[in-house]
Amino acid sequence: MSLLEPEGVAGLPGSPDSRVVTAGRVRGMGAFLVAIAVLAALAFGVATPAGAHATFTLGAPPAVAVAPLEMSVRFVAVVCALVCAALGVLLVARRGARGSYLIFSLGVVAFVWSFLTWAARGTDLNFVQMLAATLISTTPLVYGSLSGIMCERSGVINIAIEGQFLAGAFLGAMIASVTGDLWLGVLAGAVAGAAFGWLLAFLSLRYGADQIIVGVVIVAFCTGLTNFLTAQVLTPYQATLNSPQTFSPIAIPLVDKIPVVGPVLFDQNVFVYLAAVLVVVVNVGLFRTRWGLRVRSVGEHPHAAETVGIHVLSVRYRNVVLGGLIAGIGGASFTIGSVGEFSSEMTAGLGYVALAAMIFGRWRPFGALGAALLFGFSVSLQSFLAVLNVGIPSPFLAMAPYVITVAVVSGLVGRVRPPAADGVPYRRE
Amino acid sequence: MTPDVTPGVAAGAAGATAGGGPEPAVPARRNPLRGLVEANVVVVTALAIVSSLLIGGVLIIATSPTVLHALGRIGSSPGRALGVAGSTVGDAYAAMFTGAIVSPSGLGHAITTGHGWTAVLTPISETLVSATPLILAGLGVALGFSTGVFNIGAQGQLIAGALASLYVGFEVHLPIGIHLPLVVLAGAVGGAVAGFVPGYLKARTGAHEVITTIMMNYVFLDLLNELLATQPFQQPGQSNAISRSMPATARLPHLFGAGLRANLGFVVALALVVAAAWFMRRSTSGFAFRVIGSNPKAGRTAGIDVRKVTTAVLVMSGALAGLAGMATLSGTDFFLSSGYGGNIGFDAITVALLGRNRPVGVLLGALLFAALDVGGRNMQAATGIPLDLAFVIQAIIVFFVATPALVREVYRLRETGASLGQVLSKGWGG
Repeated sequence: MSLLEPEGVAGLPGSPDSRVVTAGRVRGMGAFLVAIAVLAALAFGVATPAGAHATFTLGAPPAVAVAPLEMSVRFVAVVCALVCAALGVLLVARRGARGSYLIFSLGVVAFVWSFLTWAARGTDLNFVQMLAATLISTTPLVYGSLSGIMCERSGVINIAIEGQFLAGAFLGAMIASVTGDLWLGVLAGAVAGAAFGWLLAFLSLRYGADQIIVGVVIVAFCTGLTNFLTAQVLTPYQATLNSPQTFSPIAIPLVDKIPVVGPVLFDQNVFVYLAAVLVVVVNVGLFRTRWGLRVRSVGEHPHAAETVGIHVLSVRYRNVVLGGLIAGIGGASFTIGSVGEFSSEMTAGLGYVALAAMIFGRWRPFGALGAALLFGFSVSLQSFLAVLNVGIPSPFLAMAPYVITVAVVSGLVGRVRPPAADGVPYRRE
Repeated sequence: MTPDVTPGVAAGAAGATAGGGPEPAVPARRNPLRGLVEANVVVVTALAIVSSLLIGGVLIIATSPTVLHALGRIGSSPGRALGVAGSTVGDAYAAMFTGAIVSPSGLGHAITTGHGWTAVLTPISETLVSATPLILAGLGVALGFSTGVFNIGAQGQLIAGALASLYVGFEVHLPIGIHLPLVVLAGAVGGAVAGFVPGYLKARTGAHEVITTIMMNYVFLDLLNELLATQPFQQPGQSNAISRSMPATARLPHLFGAGLRANLGFVVALALVVAAAWFMRRSTSGFAFRVIGSNPKAGRTAGIDVRKVTTAVLVMSGALAGLAGMATLSGTDFFLSSGYGGNIGFDAITVALLGRNRPVGVLLGALLFAALDVGGRNMQAATGIPLDLAFVIQAIIVFFVATPALVREVYRLRETGASLGQVLSKGWGG
């Protein structure tokens, strides 16, 4: 139930899955597209010398070689501005809200394309690498938000994702380093995450502790503990305890030869593939199976669920432990997925960003994936722009992912409704 | 179930135990001590502190090579092994105590000779200094929680407040009587502006404050980095990211002489504890806040403008966090550098929850956290055990305080009539 439901804003009370877009918001989106179209035409088109060209590298060895794409900046700006403006006008003029988000996204893609062309004027931009980097920044967020979804769909708030990340990253690195077996590292990460999921479930379900307090404290605890153990144990024995291998990318035969798409999607490490599989599995599980129906009913109306014979607390226990397990695997991806060692607070608050992605994605796996991709793309965009030297000071570039998220959440997403019993302790009557 | 439980708590306990299997029924005669002590807030908190120190001791033993080495020979020389373990843990906690509260030997020396009082009072003074920003930011977070608003943005608001204070500090030239109040006010205004943005966005567009405040933490962190590297904030002639420093007229005066860092900031924090307690308990707006926090529907029916309250809460919460940023800048640091504020914004959340969202609770929680922090620093310097142990202990204390039922079970305490395990936060407030 929503706290402050202003009339006419998206989101009906009743279902967390309702997606009502009001006419006002659709018109606002249209006007926004027209505005950025004008901006693109002026800033990237008119203000750029006629002869300026940009080159997008679409794949060079060892990836699939594709001829680079060379474009006139002004031409791209004009075409993209026209497309963007046309989509904006379409949004303003049409009736009905179906597909508004899709049209809006296409308009934004056109704008971003012309912005990239402008930013890369007179030089090269490795487009494939940029998209691949997007996936890498997205992956931990996907694990984190799926963990949140698992817990919250059953009615338990998991604000401890950051802590479960750290635990998974730490133990994953240590076990992989000691045993030399990366898969044992993944397993250890999963176990560490699940252990803190269990702690959350134990304290909040068995003893009725406030879920948010326990969650916040698990983060503080894991931060303190991993810092303590890093200083006390890992650093003195760095070579044996904290020098794991990392998973190398695995190219999937045949599909990895598809130009552009192949190197981006099908030449990644196991963590990326597993994240993709998990999104599908959790989505199907939650919305297409008996298990999912039970979980959602426990998250929405536990008393009704109990009445039909569902054991509310067991469902919650199981989901919170599973959620912790997923976050723990995500944590392991920080160390044995790419960096190859654990360092203090290396998750850098991404657990909280994952939480935001979960809310932003309306507690749905594909929604969270979309949110995570948007965030991942802005992270990758800002690091590439920093290299291209477009004249924006780097701290402002670093802000971009966060500002974009705030803008999207305020402008597009609006009010969201969590599962009705989320965070409410269950007492049997 | 013991026979002495009240019906309300029994129902709660039945619900809580259902997930973990039935609670083993302990016959009263098997444990004659059971039920002698009531599980009230003071007892639970004290036991939480003791338990966390015990667990901390185990951690020290389990990770110290010398202790493990001695324990490896526990068969041949058990006395020595236990002695090493005991002295390692004992030294660590003794260093923590002397670092945070007082050194007994120094105190004795000061009493007998009449000299060295500054050294004796330094630990307490440092604890007060550390507690000041935690109290202020903790009050802000607690205010939000009691109104059902989840402000995770204290870190960003603290930076915003510090930046505003700093600007007024070095840009304005006035006598201290006018300048200092302006600096303090600027801190509050800076934080309030940072709190207003998520408040306005939530009221206007419904954007969830958890998302917007988290994101704004990063925005202010990056903004700080940018401003520290550019004029007018950067210290002239510096290539490092270090700000100009506060002039003497913009510094909070010391409370107990120049030798001790305790300053007026702590008094400001105390005054705001009193003010916050009055506001929440006695004022009409505070009443509206509490109504919205406990039952938004009832509030709306009673004609309270929920949107206005949400924005107001985030503005006030931000102002308090901004004052926390001001207090450290103007009280002890006098300049800003990258990463200013450390982890205070997040510790403030824990402190608010530890203090059960009540102003006095926040004050006590902040003092405890500050003592562990300051003491932990001394422990690290004296024994080489990482300061992070103090953070682990802080976290374990809150685990136990948040689950009084667990403490009750472990220590076989009698139940109280009042339920201690009440839910303090309101989830996503959605």
